[in-house]
Amino acid sequence: MIAELGHFALALALALALAQGTLPLIGAQRGDGVWIALAKPLAQAQFLCIALAFAALTHAYVTSDFSLANVARNSHSAKPLIYKISGVWGNHEGSMLLWVLILALFGFLVAIAGRNLPPALGARVLAIQGLIGAGFLAFILFTSNPFERVFPVPVDGNGLNPILQDPGLAIHPPFLYLGYVGFSIAFAFAVAALIEGRVDPAWARWVRPWTLGAWCALTIGIALGSYWAYYELGWGGWWFWDPVENASFMPWLAGTALLHSAAVVEKREALKSWTILLAIIAFSLSLIGTFLVRSGVLTSVHAFATDPARGLFILMLLVAAIGGSLTLYAVRAPQLKLGGLFHPISREGGMVLNNLLLSTALATVFLGTLYPLFLDAVGGGKVSVGAPYFNATFVPIMVPLVAAMAVGPLLAWKRGDLAGALGRLKFAFAAAVAVTLTVFALTWGGPVLAPLAMGLAAWLFVATLADYAERIQLFRAPLGESLRRARNLPRASYGMTVAHAGMAVAIAGMVGASAWRVEVVQAARPGDVVEAAGFALRFDGVHQSKGPNYTLESGGFTVTRQGRFITRLEAERRFFTDPPQVTTEAAIRTTALGDLYVAIGEDTADQPGARTVRVWYNPLVVWIWVGCLIMAAGGLLSLTDRRLRVGAPSRRRAKLPAAGAGVRA
Amino acid sequence: MDPWRLLYLVPLAAFIAVAGYFTIGLQRDPRTLPSVLIDKPVPAFALPALVEGKPGLATADLAGEVMLVNVFASWCAPCKIEHPVLTRLAEAEKIPIHAINYKDKPEDARRWLAQLGDPYGRIGVDADGRASIEWGVYGVPETFIVDRQGRIRYRHVGPVMPRDVESTILPKIRELRR
Repeated sequence: MIAELGHFALALALALALAQGTLPLIGAQRGDGVWIALAKPLAQAQFLCIALAFAALTHAYVTSDFSLANVARNSHSAKPLIYKISGVWGNHEGSMLLWVLILALFGFLVAIAGRNLPPALGARVLAIQGLIGAGFLAFILFTSNPFERVFPVPVDGNGLNPILQDPGLAIHPPFLYLGYVGFSIAFAFAVAALIEGRVDPAWARWVRPWTLGAWCALTIGIALGSYWAYYELGWGGWWFWDPVENASFMPWLAGTALLHSAAVVEKREALKSWTILLAIIAFSLSLIGTFLVRSGVLTSVHAFATDPARGLFILMLLVAAIGGSLTLYAVRAPQLKLGGLFHPISREGGMVLNNLLLSTALATVFLGTLYPLFLDAVGGGKVSVGAPYFNATFVPIMVPLVAAMAVGPLLAWKRGDLAGALGRLKFAFAAAVAVTLTVFALTWGGPVLAPLAMGLAAWLFVATLADYAERIQLFRAPLGESLRRARNLPRASYGMTVAHAGMAVAIAGMVGASAWRVEVVQAARPGDVVEAAGFALRFDGVHQSKGPNYTLESGGFTVTRQGRFITRLEAERRFFTDPPQVTTEAAIRTTALGDLYVAIGEDTADQPGARTVRVWYNPLVVWIWVGCLIMAAGGLLSLTDRRLRVGAPSRRRAKLPAAGAGVRA
Repeated sequence: MDPWRLLYLVPLAAFIAVAGYFTIGLQRDPRTLPSVLIDKPVPAFALPALVEGKPGLATADLAGEVMLVNVFASWCAPCKIEHPVLTRLAEAEKIPIHAINYKDKPEDARRWLAQLGDPYGRIGVDADGRASIEWGVYGVPETFIVDRQGRIRYRHVGPVMPRDVESTILPKIRELRR
């Protein structure tokens, strides 16, 4: 009964979304206030209906109602409660329901937060949202109905893929979707602006907080996914350039570029049509990502639902949304008024460089991800593009990006002083050289380029701090004056500083974990010692025990360094029965300097009684995720800027103290 | 028309190209895995017997007639699903089927066969999976068609279902027997 209510609510949501997608659009075109006013209540009602449907499905999962085919296929009565709940989105149908729920949530938020929004613009934005929602609701109802009944009712369910039964993965998809789907707002604003033929700073101020929020969620989502892959898959790596990882990374790159170019539109009214294009691209990549994962055109460990009919449906949605918006762009964008002019050496110029490099990086990832598909389509056979390609193309683009990232914020708007900016970065340069030389000495005989990469991270970190010191005139003005400036500096400026510093931390982690990683694979009998990176791990043998819905064997290791006891590690293998699968739970000792990571395998065939033991030492690896969290924190900090909350009038006040610092704001 | 306006068409054109590839990509089944061993002679291997009175399997056994080689394990659920289909192929169509028992405990495999019936002509025990690697197997079940000259002619990944028998396996065998 509750399931039928959910199904009905979903159908109602589709009707409401169709109304939301058409009536306000027509109203805005005709200037009909009544039809324009329909947008908000329709968006709110649509959200409530989808929330109801989602609650109904969650109820079915929590109560293990196996008369629903979806629950029977993906849940099991013996599963812990948290995985019953996360099981709702651990499958194709449920994850699509979560997708539209978040989409409608954003529509709801625009409807309640958008009081200052001009009514016609707001109506158009919500209408575009409604159209996207209608497309995906139809997709769910016609090809992936989560409320389908099954008869006879199975006694128990098939269970959730054990590898997904993990707290990290329970919250990873919601964050990822908040990011993916969050870009729909920027997209809707871009399409609405194209329809209106007007892009101005007020428009950019509306788009930025939504983009920023989506970007933060996506940053956290990607970091969570990477961390999960690191500790759960037992391969010791943190990023695999897997098509599905790339599918989430590409919108992130586009979103990062969008954040920066939207700032230019806001401050200087330049780069308008480019910003519009980026907004369309960021969401288009989210849609393409959804298509890649859901249709199974690319095989991947993640593609858990592959069905050509579904793929075709999503492809049609893609063509309608992306093709439609890009057609509109081709027609309307040339009519947008050109904005302010600027010198190549300026803050705007820096943002353009940032955008060019990020777009190039995006293009390389896009090509690498889809190349197998392109090749197969022309009959070239099946290939897969792996890490070597991405390392060879992506990394060289990141180097100038990071180098310039340090300088850009020090340049003034319109016309900057490169020599002056570089002069103020002498400390950063000195730090970079010092770090490079120190690391070089410490890792003598290791990879040659890695110390330089560490120097680059130091360059960015110190330059970001130097820029902050400059902004508050630290050590130049009296301390009280600096404190006053620090207090008055806009939160958006703090956000930038924090996010850039977080990037530096993450880069240091990526370099460390890639360049100086140590891997030892060895067959070990109880009592044997495995040596890796200065640690000695004594294998104490394996014992069996039982978890909530699995049995496990755990291999104990006593870790010492130069005879001194460090810690004890227990690496597990878990044996699930519903469905039958073995998962590896690596034992990890995390420190700021590096992770000691141990995984055990099965009995080795040729040496009875011995286990395959894999030990990794991943230097600085935890910095990657800490850096990502710092970046996301920077985004959130920027999101609390009063300029974004209150709107145009407060802007001048927020700018005042910075204006005193010269031309830089 | 202003030539600069054409620039604004570039994103759309790029998307149309990508969408075209997606459309073609959708028509293709990502699960068909070509084997590099197709049309190559069977790799060199020799496996001990599993069941008393039934010989093991080696390279030399695979020639002279068209036959199937099925890689199975008692712990593999899809193997159980395809088992009746294989049994019917062996009995009704008189197709010799040999087996490689992949990473299995011999007593489990014997019990499994006693329970479900044993349609195989020869069974080789591949306890450590080495021979299966030579065959390019990466999961169970997999089934190969070997021709009279002892060359691998077709590889089927996953359980053999009745519709696979009708659509590919039987036609292929009939063609090779001609």
